[in-house]
Amino acid sequence: MTAVSADGLDAAAGGTDRGDAGVDGTGREKAGTDGTGRGEAETDGAGGGESYRLHVDGFLRTVSGAWIGDSLLTVLRDVLGVTAVKDACEQGRCGACSVLLDGRLAASCTVLAADADGSRVVTVAGLGGSGLTRAVRAMFLAEGAVQCGFCTPGFVVAVTDLLTRHPDADEEEIREALAGNICRCTGYGRIVAAVRAVQAERGILPPGDTPTPGDAPSRPDGG
Amino acid sequence: MGGEVVSGGIGRSVRRPDGPDKVSGAFPYAGDLRVPGMLQARTLRSPHPRARIGRIDTAAARRLPGVAAVVTAADVPGVATYGLIVADQPVFAATEVRYAGEPVAAVAAVDAATARRALAAIEVDYEPLRPSTDPERVLAADAEPLHPAGNLFREIDIRHGEPGVDGPVVVEDHYVVGMQDQAFLAPEAALVSPAADGGVDLRVATQWLHSDREQLAACLGIPENLVRLTLAGVGGAFGGREDVTVQIHGALLARAAGAPVRIAYDRVESFLGHPHRHPARMWFRHTATADGELVSVQARLVMDGGAYASSSPAVLANAVTHAAGPYRVPHARLHGVVVRTNNPPCGAMRGFGVPQVTIGHEAQMDRLADALGLDPVELRARNAVRPGDVLPTGQVLGAPLPARELIQLVAARPLPPPPAADVTGLARPGGLPAAAEPGRVRRGVGYALAYKNLLFSEGMDDSSAARVRLDLTDDGTPRVRVHSACAEVGQGFVTIAGQIARTELGVEQVDLAPADTAVGSAGSTSASRQTWMSGGAVRGACVAVADRLLARVARAAGLPAEVVEAPRRTLRIAAGEIVGVEAGLRVRLADALAEGPIEADYTFHHRRTTALGADGQGDPHVAFAGAAHRAVVDVDIDLGLVRVVSMALAQDCGTVLNPLSLRGQVEGGTAQGLGLALMEELVTVDGVVTNPNFHDYLLPTIADVPDLDFVAVTEPQPDAPYGVKGVGEAPTCTAAPAIVAAIRAAVGRDLRRVPVRPQDLVDLPTRADVHTAGDASTA
Repeated sequence: MTAVSADGLDAAAGGTDRGDAGVDGTGREKAGTDGTGRGEAETDGAGGGESYRLHVDGFLRTVSGAWIGDSLLTVLRDVLGVTAVKDACEQGRCGACSVLLDGRLAASCTVLAADADGSRVVTVAGLGGSGLTRAVRAMFLAEGAVQCGFCTPGFVVAVTDLLTRHPDADEEEIREALAGNICRCTGYGRIVAAVRAVQAERGILPPGDTPTPGDAPSRPDGG
Repeated sequence: MGGEVVSGGIGRSVRRPDGPDKVSGAFPYAGDLRVPGMLQARTLRSPHPRARIGRIDTAAARRLPGVAAVVTAADVPGVATYGLIVADQPVFAATEVRYAGEPVAAVAAVDAATARRALAAIEVDYEPLRPSTDPERVLAADAEPLHPAGNLFREIDIRHGEPGVDGPVVVEDHYVVGMQDQAFLAPEAALVSPAADGGVDLRVATQWLHSDREQLAACLGIPENLVRLTLAGVGGAFGGREDVTVQIHGALLARAAGAPVRIAYDRVESFLGHPHRHPARMWFRHTATADGELVSVQARLVMDGGAYASSSPAVLANAVTHAAGPYRVPHARLHGVVVRTNNPPCGAMRGFGVPQVTIGHEAQMDRLADALGLDPVELRARNAVRPGDVLPTGQVLGAPLPARELIQLVAARPLPPPPAADVTGLARPGGLPAAAEPGRVRRGVGYALAYKNLLFSEGMDDSSAARVRLDLTDDGTPRVRVHSACAEVGQGFVTIAGQIARTELGVEQVDLAPADTAVGSAGSTSASRQTWMSGGAVRGACVAVADRLLARVARAAGLPAEVVEAPRRTLRIAAGEIVGVEAGLRVRLADALAEGPIEADYTFHHRRTTALGADGQGDPHVAFAGAAHRAVVDVDIDLGLVRVVSMALAQDCGTVLNPLSLRGQVEGGTAQGLGLALMEELVTVDGVVTNPNFHDYLLPTIADVPDLDFVAVTEPQPDAPYGVKGVGEAPTCTAAPAIVAAIRAAVGRDLRRVPVRPQDLVDLPTRADVHTAGDASTA
């Protein structure tokens, strides 16, 4: 059973578009100031002359034609065509654009692409080989952690990062670690369940998993 | 296939068919679509909430290298206005802007930076006018009309029972609800291509393809059959994609430029670009007998519709007809208006008018319980509606609606342990950055009960069409192809449609065709209606396909027609075969399909309702779903910060087609109610939104939303396919009032507005804004 398909369009390749380096999906030759006060200073067409290279999902990609102030998110999506990385707030508030930058979780909208020159960028599409990521994806599906799915690529990156660093994270630690990723559909219950299911499948017994019985009876007003 | 029941049918937690692409990042959302040679569009919006437009000069913008098209009101070839219910909103403002953020022009250019430069080069002479932003003043006799259609979108006055009959116990108060935003995660986007036949093709994230088409065709001045829409991947909706946003602008640009146009909003533009949840100012007066039977309810509602109508008239009808809540009320006077102001337009959001009144009627029930010395659960249970009761509109409540059972079920759920002195930071109000002193934390428990109408109301026949084709794949395997225009926005229709087709036709492979306008309208993905309506359409089309297939087999076998006719039908489809036990017949589905595929269309209609007549009487709603929440909160009484410790929900769900999907809907609906209670508000100052971004508009995170203790009541809905009910909206209506009630219980303050802010909980000097002023006047 297939879902709504791209139907012949050159749509989101999810980072599988690994054509020639320097492919500029937007046809931008130059970018300069736009005078709209978005902080894009006059660059004298610097984008046209400068180029730098990013290691994206294991491939060395040459970026040319980008404005020197473009975020990593913008370059990934609009210059390199890696649309698996989602753009939802451009303020580092929602985590939809999460990537691993030299192994550290980052909101790609808050990183200058040019600053990532020489860094290793791993998007959700580039996590494919890891067994942990496969488990995270499988459990997101099995536990119902995906609805509209727009937050999912960022969550898969963030959960993979969390369970790499902290495989036995307890529920509080899970919630703390994922508080930078907004999901508007699920209410998060199934996302927590998915993370726990990955831990269970991997044989990790998370501490504090069971509620403590025998506490004093709770009073409605709590006092 | 071994057994009779094909796997992946109804009742199972079948996984989403689009899930694998969504977890890998490959799923294409509208904003991800790219075609060679496409242009990038941007929209110029008014900075003024109200201004006269003298002149719009686009010459400099048009001259910029790389600019392919600039369009303004002068370039709209058809009807100059659009709208979901009434076409009162200009495609572009021509002579006057009525809200801050109203589109004035749009450009398409070779890249986004050039498009932004072109916007900056457009000169608009605005003569700012004094905006009217107080919804309680725009109906005054001397108030200036803000639009040729006037300032009143709709007024409803429901009179039920005898006027002036009161019980001895009286509670009354004012309540205020702020402007919530849908804040779907994927901003608006479309890819629009001009076609050689003079038409236009859109791939767009929307909730209702055919409504978009109708409005597009009218404004473009071309026949509807030349406007073709296909649903692109939708990253959430929640009502915010019911109204046209990018569609007409994108089509005008694509036709002007003669090239495909990508039109996509960023977050700020998304906040400005779609209508929000209506802010409401409400007054309620409840009276009861000394032993706690409701005698009368009076309500007066003022809802702020903002500058244009959107779905305001229908939202008001929902608010007023639900204003007394799911309670038996002998006498009621429920009055509401929704008005035009120079605030941002408001329209559909999950709950559609009901979350606002639920804040009021549930606060009133708690106050009444206080006044009577009754337990709030007991008071609700005692007054809960039962099927057969006459509602304030005169509508007789149909079954099932287990309101009493819901509140009792949720009250019986185990409570969480009391706050411990040794809890760590994240578990305390304020979390890690501002964790409360354990001794300064107060706990509270609160309840809310509500019902929410299902499907469209007031006589509308919001039918849904579907086409189903049963054929063989190239390798001879039976396959079902389902074609519906139902917009999948995340809710899971794509999953349910497959489950229904498998159940009805006994075929495992179900392909869903892209949702588009090549098939009949499925209506909107809203009003908790698609599982019922489009599910019903898919089921009906599958049944028609099965009938034709069985007739074909019977004919070929020389059997009489009655073996496939109800009630004597003896042939049936079971797991890949057509079986007739009496006739000794057994035919493989693949063999029956060898002579050709079978296709059928079906249009599903719900029962007829009626418009509200004089005195607000009628039979307006198809059906209802009930929900009850219990919230437990901890409040830091020094900082006024709230942590929701636990949420329990009992909900009237009808037959459950997919338990996992159901759970996702009620958990998501609960979280949006939590947001309304505690943090989500678009704040306007003199009509200008001050926080149109995710830094300042707060959304619940995973650290804010506790696990949901959920009980489903699954009594089937008689007139719905399989007995389903819509489930997405009811929990949004009850989560917020339950949390507010819990905070009241914790801090002992009358809280009259949502969201509840820290300054409402502790005595801090606050800057007076429009809302606090509203509070003060009603305190």
